[in-house]
Amino acid sequence: MSTTTQARTAGPVASPGSDEVRAMLRTSDVSRKRVNRVMKVLVHAAFATAMVPLLWLLYTVVVRGAARLSPYFLTVSMRGVFGGIDAGGVYHAMVGTVMITLIATVISVPIGLFTAIYLVEYGKGPLARALTFFVDVMTGIPSIVAGLFSFTLFSLFFGPGVRLGIAASVAVSVLMIPVVVRSCEEMLRLVPNELREAALALGVPRWLVIVKVVLRTSVAGITTGVLLAVARVIGETAPILITAGFADSINFNPFEGRMMTLPVFIYTQYRVGLVPCAPSDLACVPDVNVLRAWAAALTLIVIVVILNLLGRLVTRLFAPKLR
Amino acid sequence: MTTTPTSPAAPTAERSPRRRPRRHADTERGFSRVFRWVTTSAGVLLLLVLAAVAVFLVERGWGALVASPADLHANGGLPKQYGNLLAFIGPLVFGTVLAAALALLLATPVAVGIALFVSHYAPRRIAGLVGFVIDLLAAIPSVVFGLWGTLTLSPVIAKLWAWIADVLSAILPGTVNATPTGRSLATTSLVLAIMILPIITAVSREVFKQTPRLHEEAALALGATRWEVVRTAVLPFGRSGVISAAMLGLGRALGETMAVLMILSPGLGYSFQIFDAGKHQTIAANIAANFPESAGLEVNTLIATGLALFVITLVVNMAARAIVARRKEFSGAN
Repeated sequence: MSTTTQARTAGPVASPGSDEVRAMLRTSDVSRKRVNRVMKVLVHAAFATAMVPLLWLLYTVVVRGAARLSPYFLTVSMRGVFGGIDAGGVYHAMVGTVMITLIATVISVPIGLFTAIYLVEYGKGPLARALTFFVDVMTGIPSIVAGLFSFTLFSLFFGPGVRLGIAASVAVSVLMIPVVVRSCEEMLRLVPNELREAALALGVPRWLVIVKVVLRTSVAGITTGVLLAVARVIGETAPILITAGFADSINFNPFEGRMMTLPVFIYTQYRVGLVPCAPSDLACVPDVNVLRAWAAALTLIVIVVILNLLGRLVTRLFAPKLR
Repeated sequence: MTTTPTSPAAPTAERSPRRRPRRHADTERGFSRVFRWVTTSAGVLLLLVLAAVAVFLVERGWGALVASPADLHANGGLPKQYGNLLAFIGPLVFGTVLAAALALLLATPVAVGIALFVSHYAPRRIAGLVGFVIDLLAAIPSVVFGLWGTLTLSPVIAKLWAWIADVLSAILPGTVNATPTGRSLATTSLVLAIMILPIITAVSREVFKQTPRLHEEAALALGATRWEVVRTAVLPFGRSGVISAAMLGLGRALGETMAVLMILSPGLGYSFQIFDAGKHQTIAANIAANFPESAGLEVNTLIATGLALFVITLVVNMAARAIVARRKEFSGAN
């Protein structure tokens, strides 16, 4: 095979030229191979480059956060804590995070899920086209703009300077709804059409087909999608900073007063920064605020990673076997 | 057909008005119709929320847009050196766009590299692991990036920036300043680049995976090396996808608040001294920094700048989505 090709190529050039042609092919191949190798190295280097900041960040947060993270830190608030006092924790911020995220989930999941059902089961015509497009556009709303929107909405009813937990929930929902729509839509589209048709052929009404067949088949995927959406918004800082403000005390009521959340706690503790300590004051820790910020960051990352892993676990354990 | 021109036409003309009202109503009765209305109204509500975001921002920003410069100076929190509101928004827009563009410049090549690594270079098992790691990178909250960027990265990277600034000062006319704290626009853009890396990677990866198998095999059959397959089959196919992925990343970088707020040492003005502190500020970070202490017309001024940010990101995102949508229609993959 190879000898015939060489003979044919070399034929018109010169009779002993097959060696020459072979050499020519080989030299051009060397440069092509070199480019190939360089690009391979570059592609691998790109991957390694992305790993560096990730590992560095995780290492820093774990090492510096572990210094102050303790059961005590998780169970007390910052009420009455000032200066370099070696006390205080994130309990109030965890309460606020859970309340605000829970309310945001309660608002966004029905709207997002029903919109996804509309898009998959009924969606035709201009409304569906507009929805698909604007859900994508809505994913790109800057979080601070969502916060400004919610603030203006609530300041209409509660006057200027309003700071409420529920306002933060509404701001976060604006960011969460498109994420929920996207993931639910993807999951509903995975349900095979034969299941719907079989149920419809048995005379089951449309809404029961959706509730009992489509939703039941995709419940694991939807749960995962919602968990990932929660993980995405639980770290939102800016919209909560301008709608719920910040606080030092525990507040369970989202309809009254300021509320603290973990991300805002990280920011405010960092902003306070180092504390000047008198040399005689041995109980004073100069960098206590920064240490608290790192510990809260570790808490937040642990929560986010647990939500992510939980989401993957739900898919793996409860996904229906379609084949 | 020609012999009976009226007979087929007449019945359809008669029948069509009778058929029209039965178009969806035939099997949909009772709760099914209620359910359809519930889902449709959820969709309409979503569009209304988006419209409300725009309307509320315009309504509240309007107060600052129509206020006189004297009023803005007295009550609106407008710094004295700016004659009017637009002169104040200008440098903010400049800082926002500059930081986002630099981040995009840093992130896109790396993201495309990772996407190629996952789709065409890595073994399948490693590719799955890389996908998980990239998702993890996307899940880290921005405030943690800000904390890490300002406390850990800035002091380290400042030495690198100082060295680059020295080299640039030697090459370029004029001096390039570098701050020893590292809290410059360059550090901010670097952290923003790390933050937008996952989204660009995810979209590019999906597009690269859709490359028609036959195109790749044809290139291989012609004796192409792996890189030549990528260059001749994968990249041309995925180009518009990569462009829209980059624009999505740009949209994310434009609206990012906390990382900028915590890392960048703010200043107002037009400057290309990206290694120096106190030269730039972005819209989002400016709002977050000043909003808690604002009242009255000051709030309107900040909301007017937020409106500018909203419009910029809306345009960028709509352009990106339009490119993706056009690609979907004409792609040969399906």
